Amino acid sequence: MSGWESWLVGTVSRALAFGTPLLWATLGEIYAERAGVVNLGVEGMMALGAFFGFAMAKVTGNPWVAIVLAALAGGTASLLHAFLSVTLRANQYVSGLALTMFGLGLSGLLGRGWTGQPLFHSLKSISIPGLSHIPYIGPMFFQKQSVLLYIGVLLALAMWFILFHTRWGLAIRAVGESPATADAMGINVFAVRYLCVFIGGLLAGVAGGFLSVEYRPAWTEGMTAGMGWIAIALTIFVAWNPLQALGGAFLFGALYHLSYRLQQYVSPELLKTLPYVAAILVLSLTATGAARRRRGAPAALGIPYVRGER
Amino acid sequence: MRRIGPFAVEYVPNPGKLKVLGVSLGAILLGLVVMAFIFWGYGVSPVHAYATIFRGTFGSRFGLGEIVRRAIPLMLCGVGLVLAFRALFWNIGAEGQLLVGAIVGTGLALYSGIHGPWLLLAMFLGGFAAGALWASIPALLRILLGVNDVLTTLMLNYVAMYIVQYLIYGPWRGPTMRGFAYTDLFPDNAWLPLIPRTNVHWPTLLAGVLLAVIFWVLLSRTRFGYEVRVVGQSTEAARYAGISMLRTIVLVAALSGGAAGLAGVGEVAGIHHRLLEPFQVSMGYGYTAIIVAWLARGSPLVAIITALFFGWIFASGDVIKTFLHMPFQVTSVFNGLLLFFLIGSEVLMYYRIRLRRGEA
Repeated sequence: MSGWESWLVGTVSRALAFGTPLLWATLGEIYAERAGVVNLGVEGMMALGAFFGFAMAKVTGNPWVAIVLAALAGGTASLLHAFLSVTLRANQYVSGLALTMFGLGLSGLLGRGWTGQPLFHSLKSISIPGLSHIPYIGPMFFQKQSVLLYIGVLLALAMWFILFHTRWGLAIRAVGESPATADAMGINVFAVRYLCVFIGGLLAGVAGGFLSVEYRPAWTEGMTAGMGWIAIALTIFVAWNPLQALGGAFLFGALYHLSYRLQQYVSPELLKTLPYVAAILVLSLTATGAARRRRGAPAALGIPYVRGER
Repeated sequence: MRRIGPFAVEYVPNPGKLKVLGVSLGAILLGLVVMAFIFWGYGVSPVHAYATIFRGTFGSRFGLGEIVRRAIPLMLCGVGLVLAFRALFWNIGAEGQLLVGAIVGTGLALYSGIHGPWLLLAMFLGGFAAGALWASIPALLRILLGVNDVLTTLMLNYVAMYIVQYLIYGPWRGPTMRGFAYTDLFPDNAWLPLIPRTNVHWPTLLAGVLLAVIFWVLLSRTRFGYEVRVVGQSTEAARYAGISMLRTIVLVAALSGGAAGLAGVGEVAGIHHRLLEPFQVSMGYGYTAIIVAWLARGSPLVAIITALFFGWIFASGDVIKTFLHMPFQVTSVFNGLLLFFLIGSEVLMYYRIRLRRGEA
């Protein structure tokens, strides 16, 4: 392979790896927002997932148990947000921010003694037999990738199918578009919102667990480094569509990779701003022109549902 | 009115001030109780913990000074956010606005060569302008293109943070600092005076209190304040009243970002006397200021008091770290908990619940 070919192969392969946590977190936020609940706590839930995942892997020596616990940590935290914003009808922005502060703080507090320890039982990446030997395609997509990448891609397909082609998906979208109508149709608005926020928490937890149990098998405070916020921006960028989330997550995965790859040319600190500047740019671009005409933002997004109103 | 079990629940659209105060204090108290469990879980007796905290903060001139010192940036950021939230401009970016203020202040201190007291004045003006510009970007993007302001203000925090790191590891790294990631120390005329035997840089404190008063007058006594309140009530109403969203939101953003920029100058000129790692410059003041503003419930003057309260929390964090050997993150946990209780308790504020015997 020539220079630029191996560069391209490497970039695609690493973009998929960096994009994996973004994909999981974005898919989760899509479901929460489709049901009408913005959860700004993704960063906090990811941090909790990362810490509890790491600690569990360390204690049990089983990375899969660790990922399950990471999911449950994120899921449990999300119920706090659901209780405040769905049951108590508190401001969703503020409640989500509180969750982020709480999650970052608690993971930092509990994780004090675990910082810097290596993890010997990390989740190992896999190469798919047969497929990995196809020229170009193999090394890009099927060599040394995370199992969570493949599960994530399948999950995106399944979540897209459920959202747009099943009665359950219709119920979720109805709750996010017009909760009063959904209620009249006999859908339990509160249950659907709780469930979708919980799914968002589970997936954000897995995203965090991926970081500490597989990607960089160690725990450092603040290791989520703003990925949760990028995931929330991606949710808007991909127009609340799980299928488009694949493209969005891997595009930003590529940006994260480039911010390391280009360090020989530009200072690493400036490169780290790349995903954030890009997120502002894509949010601005998709907010203009033809794209501006309702890109499918759920109509009742951010609005608490009060039974008997309207 | 609705009945839930033996209770009658009634919606109260405008709760009295006493009730707001009572419920807020109740929420804070509940937060302190939950915190006691966290101390206990950490193997520290809660009674001992709170006794140590009270002695360490209220027990000495220095301790009291630490409360005020921490309250200064919270006050400046907080009064700005009160204004922003009144217009429903979701400025989550005070942290970044503070940092760009610190950057411009540092640049002027080290490289402008301005003499005498004019230097500090230039630093404050420059810091205000930097914060104001930084906050105007999301405001413009929201009004002109309809981009979500929560996300853009937040993303810009990270951008500002990495720019600070770039400067202290790169072009501004101090030659006399032996390879540490700091800038050189500021010249003497860029140091803010302190109240003796404390770390309270009083000119910044004065700026915070003045700004709170100015914002209060702006909000309650001027046409601009009226426009801000209308915009905060509803976009539709603002349109009917002929209020320019662009002008109002950008102005609100600039004032709120500028206030945070002043806080950044205060931290580098009053405490550190150089630019250093972003988390050392700010420790999350910009994020905590969101709670300061939320608790102040739209009043810049109340923000002075709520800033002092969170100043106490930060000062307690230092005491906890030094004397109880628990990490400083305790304050983040406590801040998050408090915010949960505060917004959760709002239900109590807007609903009157009475026990009805025999009727249910």
